[in-house]
Amino acid sequence: MEYLLAADHVSKKFGKYTALNDLSIAVPKGSVFGLLGPNGAGKTTLIRIINQITAPDEGTVTLAGEPLQQKHILNIGYMPEERGLYKSMKVGEQLLYLAQLKGMSRKEAKEQSEYWFSRLGMSGWWDKKIQELSKGQAQKVQFIVTVLHRPKLLIFDEPFSGFDPINANLIKDEILKLRDEGATIIFSTHRMESVEAMCDHIALINKSNKILDGNLAEIKRNYRSNTFEIGLETQEDTYDAQQQLKVAIMQNIPEKWEVNPASFKTIHDHDLKLKIQMPEGDSANDLLRYLTTKGMVNHFVEVIPSVNEIFIQTISSN
Amino acid sequence: MGKLSLIIKREYKARVSNRSFIVMTFLSPIIAVGMIFLIVYLTQVNQDGQRTIVVVDDSGLFYKDFENTEDINYVDLSPIGLDNAKESVRSNGYFGLLYIPKDVKSKPSTVRFFGSEVPGFSTLDAMEEQIEKKLTDEKLVDRGVDLDMIEESKTLVSINIENFTGERTSKISNWIKAGFGGGAGYLLMMFIIIYGNMVMRSVIEEKTNRIIEVIISSVKPFKLMMGKIIGTTLAGITQFTIWIILGGVLLFALVSFLGIDATSGQVPLGNMAATDLDKIELIILDILKLPLITLAIFFIIYFIGGYFLYSSIYAAIGAAVDSETDTQQFMLPLITPLMLAIYVGFFAVIDNPHGIVAVVFSYIPLTSPIVMLMRIPFGVAWWELLISVGILVASFIFTVWFGSKIYRVGILMYGKKPTYKELMKWLKY
Repeated sequence: MEYLLAADHVSKKFGKYTALNDLSIAVPKGSVFGLLGPNGAGKTTLIRIINQITAPDEGTVTLAGEPLQQKHILNIGYMPEERGLYKSMKVGEQLLYLAQLKGMSRKEAKEQSEYWFSRLGMSGWWDKKIQELSKGQAQKVQFIVTVLHRPKLLIFDEPFSGFDPINANLIKDEILKLRDEGATIIFSTHRMESVEAMCDHIALINKSNKILDGNLAEIKRNYRSNTFEIGLETQEDTYDAQQQLKVAIMQNIPEKWEVNPASFKTIHDHDLKLKIQMPEGDSANDLLRYLTTKGMVNHFVEVIPSVNEIFIQTISSN
Repeated sequence: MGKLSLIIKREYKARVSNRSFIVMTFLSPIIAVGMIFLIVYLTQVNQDGQRTIVVVDDSGLFYKDFENTEDINYVDLSPIGLDNAKESVRSNGYFGLLYIPKDVKSKPSTVRFFGSEVPGFSTLDAMEEQIEKKLTDEKLVDRGVDLDMIEESKTLVSINIENFTGERTSKISNWIKAGFGGGAGYLLMMFIIIYGNMVMRSVIEEKTNRIIEVIISSVKPFKLMMGKIIGTTLAGITQFTIWIILGGVLLFALVSFLGIDATSGQVPLGNMAATDLDKIELIILDILKLPLITLAIFFIIYFIGGYFLYSSIYAAIGAAVDSETDTQQFMLPLITPLMLAIYVGFFAVIDNPHGIVAVVFSYIPLTSPIVMLMRIPFGVAWWELLISVGILVASFIFTVWFGSKIYRVGILMYGKKPTYKELMKWLKY
């Protein structure tokens, strides 16, 4: 796999406080990479090192194989957690200024801004001052500032905070589109559920240390426990029928299968809902075959742990 | 260079399009000119016309000797006696009564003034001077001295200084020479006080707008600082120029509109003694003899250099703090070296332009813009100028560099003091 960005044994201390401890990550080209961890884990420090705002005490960072240099800032788009724009400057001028600082020509910057204005439904904003916009509107401008110069690497620190659901979705789609067009994206967030759906790769950071990283699907495969949520229909749809069915199922169920009650929504009032964990070696088909002898299966889902659950599980097992 | 000029342009635009900047640009000259006229008007109101002072002279020495002035009109009521005169002063509402007793020659302190108000200093002085002169003359005559002889013997000496090539010069020349530096110094100080603050505020701007991280991930703080200093300076020069032009036009318009005689305070040239005219001619010659072109060039160099250095210190302060309220305490200490320079200039440079104090202060970058400008008219070796300007430029660049480091560290600080080792590391980046 080709990696766009690699951090190799990076450490950073502030006084006696260790912000990053011997951390290594590799971000595959063209992927969405999630940098996940609670507040204060060291995510922002790592991002600032990548942006050359600060230097690592030890270790190296390479972009497309080259050690980080001043020229690389042109290839990086960064949306910091602390959003900010010049309040009394007009939106258009501001975009042109910031894009030119990133090495774009004025003409290019103008074309790109117009493209994004029409994409995000912002026509007529050009001559407005930031202080005249709502918070959500200003966030859109901030997003454009980040992507305007078409960087190879995009870094978003808590990208969805401050967006309403509709705009958050809009931005999410735009980010995925940018990835499809070849950009590599790093997400940093402590709200792990918010980017789970988008990330191809993740790194979990806790207390300055990386505790887990890799392909998200692979990680999830490693953390699955062969547990299934099932729902069975009863003909009468009564409480008694439900209990009878449960007894029938428990009667000759394999001993090693662990059965627990489950709760999820179905369209009947009295479906039997269970969570069944099987030992390794037994497959979903074994379970399904067994269940079909007992009744009508209307719900069958493998329980895959969320990143949050994996995170908690990893921390507690360390 | 491209980014720097971008930043300069943005800063300039941001300053110049600021509403309070625009308001002050046009309001200040109006206020200043208004103040001048208010002062002129108030002074005129304060002069409440001619006062009448009654003189009762029992000694008989002063008859007709009191000369009326612009403010005071003397009326001699000696014949009617002190008591009647007092009555007359009261009933006529005169300002007061000056009583000179018979034995004033032997007891000069017995002269008395009666009045409901205490007379001002100038009035008292005028009266005392006249009495003193008359009494002195009287006593001299009593001792057989011929007053005309004294008058004829009076001699005024004014040494005309001449160098070996035969050029004449006046003794005021030293003051003129130092005056140029001093004037430049005051101008510089004024400029720094008005615009240094603006640089500082502009540096704090990125922090209050929280755009600092976006900016720092696009451009080096050194360039940002440099751009801010230059951009703000240009805005300042723009405002200053408008002030001078607008103020000048306003003043001229008002003077001609109100018909105020601006020359009323001056002494007509015709009344001047020939020696005075000679002196003035010498002074003008002195001014023309100054190395004017060199002075002009170095005035520009030191003015810009000095202003840049001071505003870079302001910028560094801005980089170190989070809000403007934290900066007030720094203002006075910053101006102190400038004031010191002006005093050093006027005391040390005039006394001995090439003395150790003058030389040292013309190297120290915080004082050199003023002290060196004062020294230049006295003749300064080119290498001294080179060193002085070199130090000034180097300190400016160093301060900007240092400020930009503080600026970058400022984002990263989590309320902890950086160690020296860390600082060195940051300085590298």
